[in-house]
Amino acid sequence: MIKSLDPRITRAEIDLENNIEPLRDLDQWETYEVFHQKRRGDQHMHVGIVHAPNAEMALIFGKEQYGRRGLSVNLWVVKTRDVFASDYDDSDIFETVPEKQYREAGGYKVMDKINKYKKGL
Amino acid sequence: MNTEAIKELLYKMADDLLIIGHRNSEWTGLGPILEEDISFSSMAQDKIGQAQALYVLLNDLGEQEPDTVAFTRNANQFHSSQLVELPNGEYDFSLVRHFLYDHADQLRFEALANSSYEPLAKVARKVKGELKYHVFHANTWFVKLGSANEESHKRMQDAVNLAWNYALGMFEESKFEDELIADGVFEGEAKLKEKWLANITPLFLKAGLSIPDGNTWAPVLGGRRGTHTEHLGPLVEEMSEVFRYDPTAEW
Repeated sequence: MIKSLDPRITRAEIDLENNIEPLRDLDQWETYEVFHQKRRGDQHMHVGIVHAPNAEMALIFGKEQYGRRGLSVNLWVVKTRDVFASDYDDSDIFETVPEKQYREAGGYKVMDKINKYKKGL
Repeated sequence: MNTEAIKELLYKMADDLLIIGHRNSEWTGLGPILEEDISFSSMAQDKIGQAQALYVLLNDLGEQEPDTVAFTRNANQFHSSQLVELPNGEYDFSLVRHFLYDHADQLRFEALANSSYEPLAKVARKVKGELKYHVFHANTWFVKLGSANEESHKRMQDAVNLAWNYALGMFEESKFEDELIADGVFEGEAKLKEKWLANITPLFLKAGLSIPDGNTWAPVLGGRRGTHTEHLGPLVEEMSEVFRYDPTAEW
Protein backbone atom coordinates (compact mmCIF):
# COMPACT_ATOMS: atom_id res chain seq x y z
CA MET A 1 0.00 0.00 0.00
CA ILE A 2 1.14 3.52 -0.74
CA LYS A 3 1.74 5.66 2.34
CA SER A 4 1.67 9.35 1.58
CA LEU A 5 1.83 12.70 3.38
CA ASP A 6 -1.46 13.38 1.64
CA PRO A 7 -4.03 11.55 3.79
CA ARG A 8 -6.35 11.11 0.81
CA ILE A 9 -3.75 9.00 -0.98
CA THR A 10 -3.17 6.80 2.06
CA ARG A 11 -6.92 6.38 2.50
CA ALA A 12 -7.32 5.21 -1.09
CA GLU A 13 -5.26 2.09 -0.19
CA ILE A 14 -3.57 1.92 -3.56
CA ASP A 15 -1.75 -1.36 -4.02
CA LEU A 16 1.00 -0.67 -6.54
CA GLU A 17 1.84 -4.34 -6.94
CA ASN A 18 -1.57 -5.65 -7.92
CA ASN A 19 -3.92 -2.76 -8.44
CA ILE A 20 -2.61 -0.99 -11.51
CA GLU A 21 -3.98 -2.02 -14.87
CA PRO A 22 -2.99 -0.33 -18.12
CA LEU A 23 -5.74 1.61 -19.92
CA ARG A 24 -7.72 -0.35 -22.46
CA ASP A 25 -9.40 0.92 -25.62
CA LEU A 26 -12.74 1.98 -24.14
CA ASP A 27 -11.22 3.48 -20.98
CA GLN A 28 -10.88 6.75 -22.87
CA TRP A 29 -13.88 8.67 -24.13
CA GLU A 30 -13.77 10.30 -27.52
CA THR A 31 -12.86 13.96 -27.83
CA TYR A 32 -14.91 17.06 -28.51
CA GLU A 33 -13.55 20.35 -29.83
CA VAL A 34 -14.61 23.30 -27.67
CA PHE A 35 -15.36 26.77 -29.06
CA HIS A 36 -16.15 29.74 -26.88
CA GLN A 37 -17.64 33.14 -27.51
CA LYS A 38 -16.39 36.09 -25.50
CA ARG A 39 -19.27 38.45 -26.17
CA ARG A 40 -22.61 37.95 -27.82
CA GLY A 41 -22.19 38.65 -31.50
CA ASP A 42 -18.48 37.74 -31.59
CA GLN A 43 -17.29 34.74 -33.56
CA HIS A 44 -16.80 31.54 -31.58
CA MET A 45 -13.10 30.74 -31.17
CA HIS A 46 -11.55 27.32 -30.78
CA VAL A 47 -10.10 26.96 -27.27
CA GLY A 48 -9.27 23.27 -26.88
CA ILE A 49 -10.47 19.72 -26.45
CA VAL A 50 -12.28 17.68 -23.80
CA HIS A 51 -12.90 13.96 -23.43
CA ALA A 52 -16.59 13.19 -22.99
CA PRO A 53 -19.11 10.38 -23.54
CA ASN A 54 -21.68 12.68 -25.14
CA ALA A 55 -22.21 16.28 -26.21
CA GLU A 56 -24.01 17.36 -23.05
CA MET A 57 -21.18 16.12 -20.86
CA ALA A 58 -18.69 17.79 -23.20
CA LEU A 59 -20.44 21.12 -22.58
CA ILE A 60 -20.28 20.58 -18.83
CA PHE A 61 -16.58 19.82 -18.95
CA GLY A 62 -15.90 22.56 -21.49
CA LYS A 63 -17.45 25.12 -19.18
CA GLU A 64 -15.04 24.33 -16.34
CA GLN A 65 -11.93 23.72 -18.47
CA TYR A 66 -12.26 26.82 -20.63
CA GLY A 67 -15.04 29.02 -19.25
CA ARG A 68 -14.41 29.07 -15.51
CA ARG A 69 -12.48 32.33 -15.55
CA GLY A 70 -15.62 34.13 -16.62
CA LEU A 71 -14.50 35.02 -20.13
CA SER A 72 -17.27 33.29 -22.05
CA VAL A 73 -20.93 33.89 -22.74
CA ASN A 74 -21.50 30.83 -24.91
CA LEU A 75 -19.88 27.49 -25.78
CA TRP A 76 -20.05 25.14 -28.74
CA VAL A 77 -18.83 21.57 -28.70
CA VAL A 78 -18.28 19.49 -31.82
CA LYS A 79 -17.17 15.87 -32.05
CA THR A 80 -13.55 15.84 -33.20
CA ARG A 81 -14.31 13.12 -35.71
CA ASP A 82 -17.02 15.28 -37.29
CA VAL A 83 -14.43 17.88 -38.24
CA PHE A 84 -13.37 17.45 -41.85
CA ALA A 85 -9.84 18.75 -42.14
CA SER A 86 -7.39 19.44 -44.92
CA ASP A 87 -4.29 17.31 -45.17
CA TYR A 88 -0.90 18.70 -44.10
CA ASP A 89 0.54 17.09 -47.24
CA ASP A 90 -1.63 19.54 -49.15
CA SER A 91 -0.46 22.61 -47.30
CA ASP A 92 1.09 23.88 -50.54
CA ILE A 93 -2.41 24.84 -51.66
CA PHE A 94 -2.06 27.86 -49.43
CA GLU A 95 1.03 29.06 -51.25
CA THR A 96 0.40 31.70 -53.84
CA VAL A 97 2.48 33.24 -56.59
CA PRO A 98 3.61 36.70 -55.48
CA GLU A 99 3.44 38.51 -58.85
CA LYS A 100 -0.23 39.41 -58.60
CA GLN A 101 -0.30 42.98 -57.33
CA TYR A 102 -3.73 43.46 -58.85
CA ARG A 103 -5.08 41.09 -56.18
CA GLU A 104 -3.71 43.02 -53.26
CA ALA A 105 -5.44 45.92 -51.62
CA GLY A 106 -2.21 47.92 -51.97
CA GLY A 107 -2.72 47.79 -55.72
CA TYR A 108 -5.67 50.15 -55.60
CA LYS A 109 -4.95 53.84 -56.07
CA VAL A 110 -7.62 54.78 -53.61
CA MET A 111 -5.60 57.36 -51.61
CA ASP A 112 -5.22 59.45 -54.75
CA LYS A 113 -8.98 59.64 -55.05
CA ILE A 114 -9.47 60.42 -51.38
CA ASN A 115 -6.87 63.22 -51.43
CA LYS A 116 -8.38 64.65 -54.59
CA TYR A 117 -11.82 64.65 -52.96
CA LYS A 118 -10.48 66.31 -49.77
CA LYS A 119 -8.83 69.04 -51.82
CA GLY A 120 -12.06 69.67 -53.62
CA LEU A 121 -13.89 70.37 -50.34
CA MET B 1 -36.04 40.76 13.06
CA ASN B 2 -34.70 38.04 15.34
CA THR B 3 -30.90 38.04 15.06
CA GLU B 4 -30.52 34.67 16.78
CA ALA B 5 -32.85 33.10 14.22
CA ILE B 6 -30.92 34.60 11.33
CA LYS B 7 -27.62 33.47 12.82
CA GLU B 8 -28.88 29.92 13.12
CA LEU B 9 -30.01 29.95 9.49
CA LEU B 10 -26.65 31.34 8.34
CA TYR B 11 -24.69 28.83 10.42
CA LYS B 12 -26.46 25.78 9.08
CA MET B 13 -26.12 26.93 5.49
CA ALA B 14 -22.47 27.96 5.83
CA ASP B 15 -21.51 24.78 7.66
CA ASP B 16 -23.23 22.58 5.07
CA LEU B 17 -21.31 24.39 2.33
CA LEU B 18 -17.96 24.24 4.12
CA ILE B 19 -18.21 20.55 4.94
CA ILE B 20 -19.48 19.40 1.55
CA GLY B 21 -16.93 21.68 -0.11
CA HIS B 22 -14.18 20.02 1.89
CA ARG B 23 -15.48 16.52 1.21
CA ASN B 24 -15.78 17.17 -2.53
CA SER B 25 -12.29 18.65 -2.59
CA GLU B 26 -10.99 15.30 -1.33
CA TRP B 27 -11.54 14.09 -4.91
CA THR B 28 -9.03 16.61 -6.28
CA GLY B 29 -6.35 14.67 -8.12
CA LEU B 30 -8.27 11.42 -7.68
CA GLY B 31 -11.30 12.07 -9.91
CA PRO B 32 -12.37 9.53 -12.55
CA ILE B 33 -11.02 11.54 -15.49
CA LEU B 34 -9.09 14.80 -15.76
CA GLU B 35 -11.99 16.90 -17.04
CA GLU B 36 -14.31 15.72 -14.27
CA ASP B 37 -11.59 16.14 -11.67
CA ILE B 38 -11.24 19.80 -12.66
CA SER B 39 -15.01 20.38 -12.77
CA PHE B 40 -15.68 18.74 -9.41
CA SER B 41 -12.77 20.53 -7.74
CA SER B 42 -13.86 23.84 -9.17
CA MET B 43 -17.36 23.36 -7.77
CA ALA B 44 -15.86 22.43 -4.39
CA GLN B 45 -14.04 25.77 -4.43
CA ASP B 46 -17.33 27.51 -5.25
CA LYS B 47 -18.86 25.89 -2.15
CA ILE B 48 -16.06 27.11 0.10
CA GLY B 49 -16.46 30.59 -1.37
CA GLN B 50 -20.19 30.55 -0.70
CA ALA B 51 -19.55 29.36 2.86
CA GLN B 52 -17.11 32.22 3.34
CA ALA B 53 -19.65 34.78 2.11
CA LEU B 54 -22.07 33.53 4.78
CA TYR B 55 -19.42 33.51 7.54
CA VAL B 56 -18.76 37.15 6.65
CA LEU B 57 -22.45 37.90 7.24
CA LEU B 58 -22.19 36.13 10.61
CA ASN B 59 -19.13 38.21 11.40
CA ASP B 60 -21.16 41.33 10.61
CA LEU B 61 -23.72 40.10 13.15
CA GLY B 62 -21.06 39.87 15.85
CA GLU B 63 -19.69 36.34 15.42
CA GLN B 64 -15.95 35.71 15.16
CA GLU B 65 -13.79 36.06 12.03
CA PRO B 66 -14.63 33.61 9.20
CA ASP B 67 -11.34 31.67 9.54
CA THR B 68 -11.77 31.38 13.30
CA VAL B 69 -15.32 30.15 12.93
CA ALA B 70 -14.36 27.68 10.21
CA PHE B 71 -11.22 26.23 11.76
CA THR B 72 -11.43 26.42 15.54
CA ARG B 73 -14.76 24.82 16.38
CA ASN B 74 -15.18 21.24 17.48
CA ALA B 75 -17.36 18.83 15.52
CA ASN B 76 -20.27 19.23 17.95
CA GLN B 77 -20.37 22.98 17.28
CA PHE B 78 -21.14 22.48 13.59
CA HIS B 79 -24.71 22.93 12.37
CA SER B 80 -24.26 20.98 9.15
CA SER B 81 -26.57 18.12 8.25
CA GLN B 82 -25.12 14.63 8.62
CA LEU B 83 -25.47 14.08 4.86
CA VAL B 84 -22.53 16.32 4.02
CA GLU B 85 -20.05 14.79 6.48
CA LEU B 86 -20.41 11.18 5.29
CA PRO B 87 -17.22 9.86 3.69
CA ASN B 88 -17.01 10.16 -0.09
CA GLY B 89 -17.19 6.43 -0.66
CA GLU B 90 -17.04 5.61 -4.35
CA TYR B 91 -17.82 8.18 -7.02
CA ASP B 92 -21.43 6.99 -7.27
CA PHE B 93 -22.14 8.06 -3.69
CA SER B 94 -20.38 11.40 -4.10
CA LEU B 95 -22.42 12.13 -7.23
CA VAL B 96 -25.72 11.16 -5.65
CA ARG B 97 -25.00 13.31 -2.60
CA HIS B 98 -23.99 16.17 -4.92
CA PHE B 99 -27.32 15.76 -6.75
CA LEU B 100 -29.50 15.61 -3.62
CA TYR B 101 -27.66 18.40 -1.84
CA ASP B 102 -27.30 20.83 -4.71
CA HIS B 103 -30.96 20.70 -5.67
CA ALA B 104 -31.85 21.67 -2.10
CA ASP B 105 -29.12 24.30 -1.98
CA GLN B 106 -30.24 25.91 -5.23
CA LEU B 107 -33.86 26.09 -4.05
CA ARG B 108 -32.82 27.47 -0.68
CA PHE B 109 -30.79 30.28 -2.23
CA GLU B 110 -33.49 30.90 -4.81
CA ALA B 111 -36.02 31.48 -2.01
CA LEU B 112 -33.56 33.61 -0.08
CA ALA B 113 -33.02 35.91 -3.07
CA ASN B 114 -36.29 37.50 -1.92
CA SER B 115 -35.47 37.40 1.79
CA SER B 116 -36.38 40.38 3.95
CA TYR B 117 -32.84 40.10 5.35
CA GLU B 118 -31.19 42.05 2.55
CA PRO B 119 -27.51 41.06 3.10
CA LEU B 120 -28.46 37.41 2.67
CA ALA B 121 -30.69 38.18 -0.32
CA LYS B 122 -27.72 39.88 -1.93
CA VAL B 123 -25.46 36.83 -1.48
CA ALA B 124 -28.25 34.58 -2.78
CA ARG B 125 -28.55 36.59 -5.98
CA LYS B 126 -24.79 36.58 -6.46
CA VAL B 127 -24.37 32.78 -6.35
CA LYS B 128 -27.25 32.02 -8.72
CA GLY B 129 -25.06 31.25 -11.73
CA GLU B 130 -22.69 28.96 -9.81
CA LEU B 131 -25.58 26.96 -8.41
CA LYS B 132 -27.18 26.64 -11.81
CA TYR B 133 -24.01 25.04 -13.16
CA HIS B 134 -23.69 22.74 -10.12
CA VAL B 135 -27.22 21.44 -10.65
CA PHE B 136 -26.68 21.14 -14.39
CA HIS B 137 -23.56 19.08 -13.71
CA ALA B 138 -25.31 16.88 -11.13
CA ASN B 139 -28.33 16.24 -13.35
CA THR B 140 -26.20 15.24 -16.31
CA TRP B 141 -24.26 12.61 -14.36
CA PHE B 142 -27.31 11.41 -12.44
CA VAL B 143 -29.40 10.78 -15.54
CA LYS B 144 -26.50 9.35 -17.53
CA LEU B 145 -25.29 6.88 -14.91
CA GLY B 146 -28.80 5.98 -13.76
CA SER B 147 -29.52 4.59 -17.20
CA ALA B 148 -26.11 3.74 -18.71
CA ASN B 149 -25.80 0.05 -17.89
CA GLU B 150 -26.75 -2.50 -15.26
CA GLU B 151 -23.76 -1.87 -13.07
CA SER B 152 -24.04 1.92 -13.12
CA HIS B 153 -27.78 1.72 -12.49
CA LYS B 154 -27.32 -0.56 -9.50
CA ARG B 155 -24.52 1.55 -8.05
CA MET B 156 -26.58 4.73 -8.35
CA GLN B 157 -29.68 3.13 -6.83
CA ASP B 158 -27.65 1.73 -3.92
CA ALA B 159 -26.14 5.16 -3.35
CA VAL B 160 -29.60 6.77 -3.41
CA ASN B 161 -30.87 4.23 -0.86
CA LEU B 162 -27.90 4.94 1.38
CA ALA B 163 -28.10 8.73 1.11
CA TRP B 164 -31.86 9.19 1.19
CA ASN B 165 -32.66 9.42 4.90
CA TYR B 166 -29.60 11.60 5.45
CA ALA B 167 -30.82 13.87 2.63
CA LEU B 168 -34.20 14.20 4.35
CA GLY B 169 -32.24 15.33 7.41
CA MET B 170 -31.21 18.49 5.52
CA PHE B 171 -34.73 19.77 6.17
CA GLU B 172 -34.56 19.46 9.95
CA GLU B 173 -36.61 22.33 11.32
CA SER B 174 -35.19 25.10 13.43
CA LYS B 175 -36.78 26.23 16.67
CA PHE B 176 -37.08 29.64 14.99
CA GLU B 177 -38.98 28.26 11.99
CA ASP B 178 -42.22 30.22 12.59
CA GLU B 179 -40.40 33.49 13.23
CA LEU B 180 -38.25 33.19 10.12
CA ILE B 181 -41.36 32.62 8.05
CA ALA B 182 -43.38 35.37 9.73
CA ASP B 183 -40.54 37.89 9.30
CA GLY B 184 -40.18 36.99 5.62
CA VAL B 185 -36.56 35.92 6.12
CA PHE B 186 -37.00 32.36 4.82
CA GLU B 187 -39.92 30.32 3.57
CA GLY B 188 -39.19 27.41 5.93
CA GLU B 189 -37.86 23.85 5.70
CA ALA B 190 -41.21 22.15 5.06
CA LYS B 191 -41.89 24.27 1.99
CA LEU B 192 -38.32 23.80 0.78
CA LYS B 193 -38.57 20.02 1.09
CA GLU B 194 -41.81 20.02 -0.87
CA LYS B 195 -40.21 21.97 -3.72
CA TRP B 196 -37.12 19.77 -3.60
CA LEU B 197 -39.19 16.61 -4.03
CA ALA B 198 -41.09 18.20 -6.89
CA ASN B 199 -37.82 19.09 -8.65
CA ILE B 200 -35.98 15.82 -8.26
CA THR B 201 -38.90 13.44 -8.93
CA PRO B 202 -38.93 13.93 -12.73
CA LEU B 203 -35.14 13.50 -12.80
CA PHE B 204 -35.42 10.18 -10.98
CA LEU B 205 -37.90 9.11 -13.65
CA LYS B 206 -35.58 10.25 -16.41
CA ALA B 207 -32.66 8.39 -14.83
CA GLY B 208 -34.73 5.24 -14.33
CA LEU B 209 -33.98 5.39 -10.61
CA SER B 210 -36.47 5.10 -7.73
CA ILE B 211 -37.08 7.33 -4.78
CA PRO B 212 -37.20 5.01 -1.74
CA ASP B 213 -40.69 3.96 -0.67
CA GLY B 214 -42.37 6.57 1.54
CA ASN B 215 -42.95 4.02 4.32
CA THR B 216 -39.21 3.65 4.81
CA TRP B 217 -38.49 7.37 5.17
CA ALA B 218 -36.77 8.14 8.46
CA PRO B 219 -34.98 11.52 8.31
CA VAL B 220 -31.62 11.46 10.09
CA LEU B 221 -31.90 14.49 12.35
CA GLY B 222 -29.62 16.11 14.88
CA GLY B 223 -26.98 17.65 12.63
CA ARG B 224 -28.47 21.12 13.01
CA ARG B 225 -28.12 20.83 16.79
CA GLY B 226 -24.55 19.52 16.78
CA THR B 227 -25.18 15.77 16.77
CA HIS B 228 -22.89 14.18 14.21
CA THR B 229 -21.55 10.86 13.01
CA GLU B 230 -18.04 9.74 13.89
CA HIS B 231 -16.93 11.01 10.47
CA LEU B 232 -17.11 14.75 11.16
CA GLY B 233 -14.41 14.88 13.86
CA PRO B 234 -11.56 13.58 11.67
CA LEU B 235 -12.72 15.80 8.80
CA VAL B 236 -12.64 18.94 10.95
CA GLU B 237 -9.24 17.95 12.31
CA GLU B 238 -7.78 17.45 8.83
CA MET B 239 -9.39 20.63 7.49
CA SER B 240 -8.02 22.79 10.30
CA GLU B 241 -4.56 21.22 10.49
CA VAL B 242 -2.68 24.11 8.87
CA PHE B 243 -4.64 26.74 10.79
CA ARG B 244 -3.90 25.06 14.12
CA TYR B 245 -0.24 24.70 13.19
CA ASP B 246 0.06 28.38 12.22
CA PRO B 247 -3.00 30.60 12.74
CA THR B 248 -1.30 33.50 10.97
CA ALA B 249 -0.39 31.50 7.84
CA GLU B 250 -1.22 33.28 4.58
CA TRP B 251 -3.26 31.19 2.16
